[in-house]
Amino acid sequence: MDLSSFHDRDAVQRAAKLLLRKAPRRQLTFLHVCGTHENTIARYGLRSLLPDSVRIVAGPGCPVCVTSTCEIDSMVEVAQDHARVFTYGDMFSVPGSGRSLRDARADGADVQVVYSLADAISIARKSPKPSAFFSIGFETTAPLAATTVLAGVPPDFYFQISHRLIPPAMRALLDAGEIRIDGLLCPGHVSTIIGAEPYEPFAREYGIPIAIAGFEPLDVMLALIDLIDQVDSGKPRVFNEYSRAVRWTGNRKAQRMIERVFETCDSEWRGLGTLPESGLRLRDEHRDLDVRNRFDLKPREPAPMPPGCRCADVLLGSADPSDCPLFGDRCTPPTPVGPCMVSSEGTCRIWYTYGGRGRG
Amino acid sequence: MKLVSETILSNVTRAGQGGVTLRDLDDSGTLIWGDLEVVLTTDAHTVKPLFFPGGNIGRLAAAGTLNDISVMGVKPLAISCSIVMEEGFSRSRLETVVRSMNEVLEEVGADLIAGDTKVVERGDIDEMIMTTAGVGVTGRGSVIRDTGLKPGDDIILSGTVGDHGITILSVREGFDFQLQTQSDVGPIWGIVEAALEVGGVHAMKDPTRGGLSNALNELAEKSMVGIEIEEESIPVESDIRNASEMLGVDPYSITNEGKVVIGVDRELSDEVLSSVRATARGRKASVIGTVVEGHRGEVVMETRIGGRRLMEPPVGDPAPRIC
Repeated sequence: MDLSSFHDRDAVQRAAKLLLRKAPRRQLTFLHVCGTHENTIARYGLRSLLPDSVRIVAGPGCPVCVTSTCEIDSMVEVAQDHARVFTYGDMFSVPGSGRSLRDARADGADVQVVYSLADAISIARKSPKPSAFFSIGFETTAPLAATTVLAGVPPDFYFQISHRLIPPAMRALLDAGEIRIDGLLCPGHVSTIIGAEPYEPFAREYGIPIAIAGFEPLDVMLALIDLIDQVDSGKPRVFNEYSRAVRWTGNRKAQRMIERVFETCDSEWRGLGTLPESGLRLRDEHRDLDVRNRFDLKPREPAPMPPGCRCADVLLGSADPSDCPLFGDRCTPPTPVGPCMVSSEGTCRIWYTYGGRGRG
Repeated sequence: MKLVSETILSNVTRAGQGGVTLRDLDDSGTLIWGDLEVVLTTDAHTVKPLFFPGGNIGRLAAAGTLNDISVMGVKPLAISCSIVMEEGFSRSRLETVVRSMNEVLEEVGADLIAGDTKVVERGDIDEMIMTTAGVGVTGRGSVIRDTGLKPGDDIILSGTVGDHGITILSVREGFDFQLQTQSDVGPIWGIVEAALEVGGVHAMKDPTRGGLSNALNELAEKSMVGIEIEEESIPVESDIRNASEMLGVDPYSITNEGKVVIGVDRELSDEVLSSVRATARGRKASVIGTVVEGHRGEVVMETRIGGRRLMEPPVGDPAPRIC
């Protein structure tokens, strides 16, 4: 697919001019819940093209950032006492209540960074030993975990299922009312799985304009234009800007996979607290693959963010990274304090990398 | 790296008398010798894999050191080379490495006049480490520093960026991107000479570790000026761009081994550009930005789609053992 038109300078500039013409008289704040969207916005300098009355704010769209400290602590315990742990690179360096998997490895624990679950399976087959895969992500990565479970895993291979769901998080953010949200930019990849349907209730019940956007600069601009139009018309709906990849009903096959293997449960989001029905766990018939079932792990309490760290506010969209006193000072990618600076989808990390400190 | 340089600088009292000293943390150091200025540089090379598309550790070592001298505006005269290799290192591979070094020396017209070889037990090091030192001589005071940029100057980049780093990463990660482009490892002296012949060169830097972004930020900081870059003008091969997207690595922040960034007086910029473009390695040279008074020490980029953002210096090491 030729995406060059979606980062065509002229097209984006025309969209920017259109946005300026439609500039609302009152301040509008749009929230997105996807690290990849923040990456596009920061990398291309899209905020510098918006009218002053339009603000786009990043929400908790970073799966690594919102993984609970309890889950991290448990995986560190697994690595230290029970099994080889497979983890994604981002997750490797995030501290739980104290240590990270990287710290555990430095002390001799068997922790391996992998690009994918398939890599982990392949390594486990080649060198068998008790292993646990730290399965994080939103709805996007859940189908692959589900398919893998159904296809069969090597002996002594377990999962820490830490998948979280976006629509319940959106609901929680709207209910919390921490910031005024005039519209929601919905994540492209998650929506390819869940479709546009699940966002309908937000337009209906909350009266919030919704736009599902792709990840090229023009995608984001077009979605913003539509959100402003929706605000003007007073008729909120779900606009699918990412129609080249997202269907109204989403990917039914992937959804069925997820349903066969997982069920929803309450889940603790780091920095946000427990959100009802916002996580996935293995169904009873697959519970034998759950690392918590196999090993007797200590019960844990969620730990607060490190002192001074405003990650929780950044995740809620009520603070920018530059509002945090530690940002760029004590907290930098090589010396991160909170998870938002570790993950490539973390708002702080993205701002540090692309100069979100100023509009440029 | 900051910690290392602090530890070293705080423990060396003899860090240079006049000229470019250790404390300047420039690409090379210099000694004043009567009317002359002697330029000296050194580097260790730990690239993994030793052999990669477009070159090998020998080519890298020779070009790297010759370039560190070249980028001071000085013709490199000679290098020394110390090789530490693992017991059992194949003779034919050693020959290939040394021949590659020689090719680079031939291209520039510099000599290898001193060397050392050590063999260590298998497993004590990873195959081979090469350390090179280089020397050049020029008239006192004519060395080009990275502190010399002036508002109004144009910034010329001698060619495409990302080639070396992305090639190495692709090979290392086992991705078969079927890249046409290879590492750009090679001497930049020809380009520098062409630019110097025209004149108006105020500052130069080769965008090695930390890539173009690091080089620009260092120039802005040391010269105490702002730099404005037009992303569209930065030459990047399309296969390198695609590979970098897939690897999740920024092509502007990754090592190049055959490029130079030149800050040149606007009046002479057109002529320098044509002169550089006429050289074998500078065909894709391009003006990528200008030097301004504002936002001192910072590099602002106009993105491909016309937005604006800061071009932050990269942090940490996106890829170890790439050079």
